[in-house]
Amino acid sequence: MSGNPKPDRGLVKLDSDECKGCGLCVEACPPKVLHLADHLNPYGYHPAAYTGAGCTGCGICFYVCPEPGAITVFRLVEQKAEPKSEELMPAAA
Amino acid sequence: MASYTVAHGKAKCFYDHYERKADLQHQTHYCPGCGHGIVHKLIAGTIDALGIQDRTVLISPVGCSVFAYYYLDVGNIQVAHGRAPAVATAVKRSRPESIVISYQGDGDLAAIGTAEIVHAANRGENFTVIFINNAIYGMTGGQMAPTTLLGQKSTTTPFGRNVWNEGYPLKVCELLASLTGPVYIERVALGDNKQIMRAQRAVRRAIEIQTQGLGFSLVEILSPCPTIWKMNPVEAQHWVKEEMTKTFPLGVFRDRTKEAERRPAPAHAPPLAEIPRILGIANGASRRAAAAAPLNDAEPRDLRIKVAGFGGQGVLLLGQVLAEAGLDAGLEVSWLPSYGPEMRSGTSNCHVRLSARPIDSPLVSRPNVLLALNEPSLRKFLPTVEPGGWVFYNGTALAEDCHREDVQILVRPFTKMADELGETRAGNIVMLGALLESTGVLSEQHVNGALRRLVKSERWLEINRLALAAGREAARKGNGHEK
Ligand SMILES: Cc1ncc(C[n+]2csc(CCOP(=O)(O)OP(=O)(O)O)c2C)c(N)n1
Ligand code: SF4
Ligand code: SF4
Ligand code: SF4
Ligand SMILES: [Mg+2]
Repeated sequence: MSGNPKPDRGLVKLDSDECKGCGLCVEACPPKVLHLADHLNPYGYHPAAYTGAGCTGCGICFYVCPEPGAITVFRLVEQKAEPKSEELMPAAA
Repeated sequence: MASYTVAHGKAKCFYDHYERKADLQHQTHYCPGCGHGIVHKLIAGTIDALGIQDRTVLISPVGCSVFAYYYLDVGNIQVAHGRAPAVATAVKRSRPESIVISYQGDGDLAAIGTAEIVHAANRGENFTVIFINNAIYGMTGGQMAPTTLLGQKSTTTPFGRNVWNEGYPLKVCELLASLTGPVYIERVALGDNKQIMRAQRAVRRAIEIQTQGLGFSLVEILSPCPTIWKMNPVEAQHWVKEEMTKTFPLGVFRDRTKEAERRPAPAHAPPLAEIPRILGIANGASRRAAAAAPLNDAEPRDLRIKVAGFGGQGVLLLGQVLAEAGLDAGLEVSWLPSYGPEMRSGTSNCHVRLSARPIDSPLVSRPNVLLALNEPSLRKFLPTVEPGGWVFYNGTALAEDCHREDVQILVRPFTKMADELGETRAGNIVMLGALLESTGVLSEQHVNGALRRLVKSERWLEINRLALAAGREAARKGNGHEK
């Protein structure tokens, strides 16, 4: 995260195998940081993808998505907070 | 360095893999943008949040969500079209600690299942209904549902729903809110993320009301069906918000949570062993003793009896006497009437089973005893009799083309014999006498006990006594085996 003094409040992970490319998350995301990818997934859908920055962790995409496991939304852990077991390091963003 | 924690992810109570198909086991079968998937997530999130996965029973309907049991790792029952509220009633009453969710589409709940939902709501049953209103029969390809909007096209309303032909869209929440029974009724929608968050709260509220034992709760969810509506998922979502809510206003239609009292727990069902005593049919000990030696050893322990004849010949009563006597003898019994289209002059038949062991099915399709009170019945059922079985035929002779060598057939004019005793209608009991005598099944005492319960008048009891004796006599005379 070097060079980024203020990390994003949220992070979103999309499982392209579970996505049906319906576009509801893309439509709903307030900061518009999701898009449908150019490539096709195994079902022949253009899966949703994260542009890589700007997620607020609001969770809206998770709720509008009809697929149980296509979207996982993460929230930034405040620095003082104890790290939790399910914590995750973001892929270099 | 920044670190992140999961805020929203796949609910624990979803299976990791959906075994519906061999491949791609992580996708649901729903179309892209279908509301069913969203609602599954709302339910799953609630189950996780309330910690009720181990005691939740989801009743899946007929409709696109017929496969809900592939996704949610809870107790699942897939039921006949529209009948989920009846099954939910049974599950909740017999397992009061369970959390029962009846998941139903609009075709399911508001068409074929109208009676079930109205009465379950009216009884205030303590379960939760999640009602998916997508204004269409999705699974079967888009026929009109009772909830289809006026003007909406469907395969059965190709020019749009017309009020003079198909009536008005059925407003289920408003209808059920007119009843006293329900505790909580709300209509929500999946038209945008705000509406979905509201739907999440409503689903949780409804299920919580059940955990508090307060009674019937229902959440109607206006839900997109992009495929049948021929819209893309985003357009369908907008249509829910802009069009459906005009006909189906959102809101809480009933909230009696403050004044509702906890429903009293249903009385526990008595243990199985107690039931014969409660019914006054046998005590446990004599039941077992009787079961050990009820039937003539030469005869099969499992009597599968078909009684058939004209309506009015006492076909059903004859079957009932056998079944009642069997009960007294401590046997397992079943009696299944099947009526012809006309009760009086038409044919009727019944299936009776008497067995020392539990009965798997009350249907008798391969009888080992046929009681044919007329010729059509003999013709129809003689070919179905098991080799070595018994046939009793009410007539004077067998037709040339109606015979079998591998069964024992007794032909007697039972009706005529009854007529000679002064009561034509007692032919069935004359036949019963012949059956008892020939096969040695069931004791006199049990048959008399059954007759006393089923036949109320003294005159008929006397006629039946004579009829039984005449039947036994007739069977003895001809040695019982007529070819
Ligand atoms: C007894 C019976 N009648 C008819 C059908 C055919 N059928 C299957 S699904 C369905 C309609 C389902 O519509 P809905 O409940 O609205 O569910 P959706 O697919 O729209 O979610 C019908 C009529 C059936 N399976 N069983
Ligand atoms: S969590 Fe919110 S900001 Fe982040 S991708 Fe989803 S909708 Fe967009
Ligand atoms: S809402 Fe879900 S299924 Fe639809 S495009 Fe986004 S991630 Fe894919
Ligand atoms: S037909 Fe409609 S209700 Fe059925 S899965 Fe497809 S979108 Fe959903
Ligand atoms: Mg429907």
